[in-house]
Order: sequence, then structure tokens, then C-alpha cells
Amino acid sequence: MSEAQGYQKPELVCPAGTPAALRAAVDAGADAVYCGLQNATNARNFPGLNFTPAELDQSLAYAHARNAKVLLAVNTFPPAGKFEMWGEAIDRAAKLGVDAVIVADMGVADYAARTHPNLRLHLSVQAGASSPEAIRYYCEEFGIKRVVLPRMLTVAEIAELHRQIPCEIEAFVFGNIGMMAEGRCSLTNYVTGLSTNMDGICSPAADVHYEEDAERNLTTRLGEYVIDRFACGESAGYTTICKGRYLCGAQTGGYYAFEEPVSLNLSALLPDLMRAGVTALKIEGRQRSRAYVKSVVSAFRKAVDDIMAGRDAAFASLLALTEGRRETEGAFPSKRWR
Amino acid sequence: MSASSRARATPTPLQSLLQNAPSLLLAPVPLAVLQPLFTRIATHVAQSRPELFARLGPHAGKRFLIDPIDLPFVLVLTPDATRPSLTAHRRHERPIHDAGIAGTFFNLLDMIDGSLDGDALFFSRDLRVSGDTEAVVALRNALDDFEGSALDSVVGSFGLLSGPAALALSGLRAVRGK
Repeated sequence: MSEAQGYQKPELVCPAGTPAALRAAVDAGADAVYCGLQNATNARNFPGLNFTPAELDQSLAYAHARNAKVLLAVNTFPPAGKFEMWGEAIDRAAKLGVDAVIVADMGVADYAARTHPNLRLHLSVQAGASSPEAIRYYCEEFGIKRVVLPRMLTVAEIAELHRQIPCEIEAFVFGNIGMMAEGRCSLTNYVTGLSTNMDGICSPAADVHYEEDAERNLTTRLGEYVIDRFACGESAGYTTICKGRYLCGAQTGGYYAFEEPVSLNLSALLPDLMRAGVTALKIEGRQRSRAYVKSVVSAFRKAVDDIMAGRDAAFASLLALTEGRRETEGAFPSKRWR
Repeated sequence: MSASSRARATPTPLQSLLQNAPSLLLAPVPLAVLQPLFTRIATHVAQSRPELFARLGPHAGKRFLIDPIDLPFVLVLTPDATRPSLTAHRRHERPIHDAGIAGTFFNLLDMIDGSLDGDALFFSRDLRVSGDTEAVVALRNALDDFEGSALDSVVGSFGLLSGPAALALSGLRAVRGK
């Protein structure tokens, strides 16, 4: 199969938490790299991560010299009375010449559209826009050019959506798969007082604690709450509430009540996504290392190129990089994935 | 071979012996003999990559216990911008620290060098973290932004010993099955 047989070559959108990771992504074949500034304006506001304005400037030069785009995530929600930091991030993005800004908040989108009308806007997954009506509204009001879809739609639903909206579609194909209500989750806020959506931190590391006993059984805590207990040799997951294992009356023993420690991997569905009208394939993981970026981007680059050339996509195993050493196609084939 | 499959592969008896070679060879060596080497590593990284300390933010100056579980000593790293230190201690000394990171020597080395993913090592239980998790995350992210190979940079700073040191490391990597 090839472009002539119905495939449009998708853009491979890859994560970078540091300038070194950005270079690794570009060198591995990313068409675009997304990143954030070192503050609460992005949803991966983790210690030691992200870019200073000077680093972003240098990284733009590196990427553009190699025909890769740089997208800046300004995808958190400003608390009332604290808009200034978000406005500054948008201004800086425009000044430095990023290829697009990924926004979630309507106020931020409105500010960007009015202040920098030539700045390309993408709608973050954090906006949680999944219906044609909602997406069209963002397009009409703020000039959104691309929507990053929540990880709750089947491929068939994406294809139908594609026919009803006036913008491009970006879909996640690999990485973290959390609660199916992006931009609405307040579980971390409930336990730690910090907000994923406003502070950019899910499960802040300062509140994460690991205890391993003499038999190498691992207990993970967020604040004072036990999130999971992993037996010796059992693969572990992130210390996020949505991936916790809990005792509840309806189940025997510990039960993953929300979601299991598992990563999304849609490598087998790439042709279907490309046929469904997906313009860009997104890899999650700005919090991961440059080793992760290099491996995952290389694997997807080769797979996309194989498909476009009419070859069977020979896909390298990425299981060793997945959370809990397990992978899933989530809701993409069917809503009944659990 | 992937990170975890490499970490979990069952070694042959010869590989096992060679993999344990660093521990066996280093066991009788007084730490005072090794300490100048560790001091040089800390000084070189601080001088060649001062921006590392900016990424560490408030965690620069904290004490990180680095525990290569297959070596006969542990290290305490204090990434202070003005007085960086990397000191070796016998395990029973239980040196004071704020955060701890434990794994095999080569897993730690490859993570620092940007060829293994720290989260993946944690998922596979090949990496243990204790104490101040935020400090560990900051250190991991700071080291991951190292341009090129941190290991090559450090080995290259050994002057006349660079060649033998690189040769020894590549030999050990080869028997490890990389």
C-alpha cells in the first residue's frame, strides 16, 4: 500500500523534555517535536525538565536546520488572576518563531489568536474536545488548525469525526494512557493540593515515596496514601492514583479500579489511523529520557516509512520501555478494552 | 538487545565470572586509592557542564547515595556548583544522604550515559529509588541533558589513561553482552 492507495504521510510528533532529547528526536526522524517551558504553563512541569527561553531558541535553530518543526505546549489552565505567565509564554513562542503552540484553555487560545493572529494553534488533548461541535467551536472562535484527540475514541469514531471538522487531527500512538477524561482529572489535586491541570504536575515527585523491604517487595505512596504494592520481581508502574491498585468490596485482593499500569502502543493500528484521516501521530513522554525518545521515535519513523513505501511495517519491540512492561491498544479498537 | 532483556538475560558461567570482575578486582583496593579518580570525575563534570546545576535547582547540594549493587562500595554525590564531590564509602558505613539510587554498575552507567531509560529500569525493578524522590528526578533529568556521552567525556579527561580506561570499559561491556 502507498500514498496512491489512500495514505497521506502523517507527521510524526515526538516528545522532548530537554534540549538533548529534542536533538535525539530530530536525529531519529521526528517531523515535529513538542516541548515546554520551565514553569506551570505546560503539563509536564517536573523538576529538572523543560526548556529555558535560550534553550528553546537554540533548539528551534537545530530543528529548523533539519526540516523539523518545534511545537510549544502551553497547555495548562491559568488560575484566576494568574494569567500573566501564560500570556508571556504565548508572546515568547511568537517571538522565537515556534511552528505552533499547543493550547488547552480558552482564555489562552483567545489571547494567542487576538495578539498573534499568525501564530498557528493546536488544541491540546487537555482541552478534552472530542465532539464535532466542540472542535468546530474552537476552530471558529480561535482559528485552531489541529486538534489532539483524547484517548477515548475508536478508530471508526476518529474517521467519522474527520469528516465533520475543519481541522487536522493528531492522535496518540504510544506512551502513557491515563484516565479517559484528560483535562478533567483532579485526583492528584485531591491528594497533594497541586493540580495536573493548573500546576502542570501529575503526582508531584516531592510527594512520591518508595519503600522496598528486605524481600524486595515495593510499596509506592503518593502523600500518605499507598498507591500499589509490587511483589519481588513484579513489574512496577507510575505512582499515579489512576494506576493504583485498591481494595474494594466487589473484587478479591488488590484491584486496578481505574486503569492498569500499562502503556499505549498503536503500532499495529497505524495503517487504520492513517486511513482514518489522522494528520499527525503523537508519541507521549516528555518526562522520559533521550534513550526512550531515540528508541520510540526510530521505531515509529521506520514503521511509517515502511507503510508509505508499501512494505509491511517491521516494528521493533518497545515492551521494555512500557509502564508495567505491558502495552494496550486502549479504546482505539473498541470501547470495551477492559 | 533491549535494556531490560539485557538486564534479565541469564549469563553463561564465563560471562558471570567476567561480569563480576569489577567487584572481584576492586574488593581489595583501598578506597583512598580510588578517591582521586572520583574527585576528578566530579570536578570534570562540574567544569564541563555548569548548566547541569541550573537544572538541579534547589536540589544542587543534596547528597545522593549511588549504590552500584555489584561493586564493593557506594558513592555519595554532592552536585554543588562550587564544591562538587563524589566520595566512595564501604557499604557498611551507611553514609548520610538525602536520596538513594541503586542498580547494577552498568545499568547506572548506561542510564547516566543516555543509553538506558531510567523509568524503564524502574518498571523492570532494575533500579531502586529511596529518600527524596524529587531530588532523584531532578538529577536524572539534569544528567539526561548531557551533550553526547557523559562517559566518553569523563574518560577523555583522564589524559594518558584515557585509552586504557576506554579499552577496559569496552571490554567489560562486550562480556556483558551489549
